Amino acid sequence: MSETLKSLRFTLLAVVAALFVSAFIIVITDIEALGDGDFGKAFSTLGSAYWGLFKGSFGSLRAISNTITGATPLLLAGLAVSAAFKAGLFNIGATGQMLAGAVTGLFVGFAFQLPAIIHVPFALLASAAGGAAFGAIPGVLKARTGAHEVITTIMLNGIASFTVLWLFKTELFKREGRDDAISKFVEDSAKLPKLFGFMGNRIDLLAHTGFIVGLLATFAFWWLLRKTTLGFEMQATGFNQEAARYAGMRTKSLMVVSMAIAGAFAGLAGGSEVLGLYGYASSSVAGEIGFDAIAVALLGRSTPVGTLVSALLFGALQAGGRQMQVDTDVPIDLIIVLRALIVMFIAAPLLVKAMFRVRGDATSFGQTFRGWGG
Amino acid sequence: MSTPATPDLVVSAEQRKRARSVGIAYLALAVVCFVVFTRRAGDAGFKISESSQFTLPAQGFGWVLGIVLIAVAAGQLLRGFGKLSNVVLALATAAFFMSFLAWAAAGDSFSFVGMLQDTVSRSVPITLGAIAGILSERSGVINISIEGMLLASACTSAIGASLTNLWLGTLVGIVTGVALAAVLAVMSIRYKVDQVIVGFAINFFALGVTSFISFRVLVPNRDTMNNLLPVMPIRIPLFADIPFFGQILFDQTIFVYFSFAAVALATWGLYRTKWGLRTRAIGEYPRAAGTLGVDVNKLRYRNLLLAGAVAGVGGAWWPIGIVGRFDQNITNGRGFIALAAVIFGRWHPVGAMCGALVFALAEAVRLKIGNFDTGIPSEFLIMAPYLVTLVVVAGFIGASRAPKAAGQPYEDQ
Repeated sequence: MSETLKSLRFTLLAVVAALFVSAFIIVITDIEALGDGDFGKAFSTLGSAYWGLFKGSFGSLRAISNTITGATPLLLAGLAVSAAFKAGLFNIGATGQMLAGAVTGLFVGFAFQLPAIIHVPFALLASAAGGAAFGAIPGVLKARTGAHEVITTIMLNGIASFTVLWLFKTELFKREGRDDAISKFVEDSAKLPKLFGFMGNRIDLLAHTGFIVGLLATFAFWWLLRKTTLGFEMQATGFNQEAARYAGMRTKSLMVVSMAIAGAFAGLAGGSEVLGLYGYASSSVAGEIGFDAIAVALLGRSTPVGTLVSALLFGALQAGGRQMQVDTDVPIDLIIVLRALIVMFIAAPLLVKAMFRVRGDATSFGQTFRGWGG
Repeated sequence: MSTPATPDLVVSAEQRKRARSVGIAYLALAVVCFVVFTRRAGDAGFKISESSQFTLPAQGFGWVLGIVLIAVAAGQLLRGFGKLSNVVLALATAAFFMSFLAWAAAGDSFSFVGMLQDTVSRSVPITLGAIAGILSERSGVINISIEGMLLASACTSAIGASLTNLWLGTLVGIVTGVALAAVLAVMSIRYKVDQVIVGFAINFFALGVTSFISFRVLVPNRDTMNNLLPVMPIRIPLFADIPFFGQILFDQTIFVYFSFAAVALATWGLYRTKWGLRTRAIGEYPRAAGTLGVDVNKLRYRNLLLAGAVAGVGGAWWPIGIVGRFDQNITNGRGFIALAAVIFGRWHPVGAMCGALVFALAEAVRLKIGNFDTGIPSEFLIMAPYLVTLVVVAGFIGASRAPKAAGQPYEDQ
């Protein structure tokens, strides 16, 4: 059996195992039905929940559009985490970087009046720059003082969240007549076109060209890793910082640059949400995406294609989960459980092998993150 | 110690650079004193017990401190304070903090002792989470899943305590922590899964399952399954009567005493016992420990389960120690703050507790200062704990060295 087929089989088995465990959770928490001894009802809930999950993610054009909409920020923020992992850094700060990118993109989006052909790229560039600048901070702090990026990115997330909360109430950003932290709308010329715009103006198709930006970013990430000296040096530093330094690489500047690149990806995630999906920004624009992005990167083994595939999977689960919550009384939080289980089972081929009594070698993965460094 | 002490005169370029940064920081603090702290007139009352208080004139204190800080900065930049430099730094920081409080509370009064009491109480889950992190990482297993352990234990202990009693509830929380730790242990030790991935999977799993249970089970059955009376503070006789410190340290809930004991025991255990030596050995260089006959993986299992139990108590603090119920995502990232505290404290229990206290103090100050009209937007006050931790880590702690083997699975040969 070829390598690809084998790893595909393990992936599939991992998803099956995750669905199985989640099914168990759905059934045992159906307290009312179980209390009445009505197992049939508990199982029919399970059936309609999983049917809703499928219907909501791939069952129609609208479902597919929702999947893409959900996958877009996860992909871009996932790349932010992956890029840092490649350089041996653990970027927990995608949330903060997304917020920074959302703010700068938003500002360019409403403060300028330009033709769309200039306005859109300008606003996206501003998001990337905002994210990169904010992302570079933990890089600089680590290079200058040695402060660990896990601490600094967590703290910067908190700082960014509350700064944004304040910022959106200031005269510059706040929307007329609103007292809560919600911003003005961006100019129409700065909005990303809808992805399915060519199919007439169906307002239920939310997917936007931010997804194309995500695909381009994925390609750029691949290019960076495979075709550039910088990408090579980033990976060398991530692999063994001491060796990279002895080989003459400037590991400290690389740290800053890697974090800035990561921040730029996350900034684009924030920008594409503002310019493509909402048209404005609120304090919840980053939501849990920065956190989910870590799972996306881990699941995708920090590779460009892996990150893309796992972002699509997570996007599908999210879109399907919403349908599931509407169709049954199973809350969307189940999706978080399902994601956790998929990540776990895919990372543990040895376990899946033992569960399904599969013969043959389990493809084992290397380490994502080489300890805490020194 | 047999190694000769390094003479004070020999300073590396790194140290000289740090000394200069600290000097510049003093100047910056002095500027803040002059520009900000002298703006609000009036006396600030600091209540140090039910009946007594001391007052600081906000403006005067700001002027005096600003001048003193300039003198200190000059001393630091021109001569340096040698061995005393850390003492000077601590004193200056404390005085600056007092001046800040005086400025915020000018013309009013607040319970200083209550604020510090609150600090100690709030540090409990962070400290216990950090101890859990230290126990795992000292034995060579990266533990990102502190947040998940705290959250899951908070949920189950709330249910357990609502259905039975507080003791059993706490026990259920401990069992939950141990169960998640067992997942981490089996996955990372037996199945050799990347430890960061398992850790994050556990976090997501705990967040998902507890939100799911909260929505599907706890909300419909609020009165029976998520409703309890949290524990009362226990006054320790005699000690609680010590003026000022008594109320802060010895008039607290059992969770606070447990966390003190956990820090003391972990410190003693890690540095004074055979178990501690072995634990540190398998976290630094497991091959050597294994060669000398230590069963590396067995000890890792044991320490991880112990870590889970400690985190379990930390999680139970929310429903049983303070709030009286479980809410969705009640831990709100405190497990990650605990992780930061581990690194902050350089994998030492006492250091980690200091980190937890810094964060908790900033939080307690925010809650008190929020009552005064200082002109600072409330968002910046909420931000304070994050900002303070960032400044402390970047400015004073710097690089920290992790246990060398953390993250690597061990295989017997």
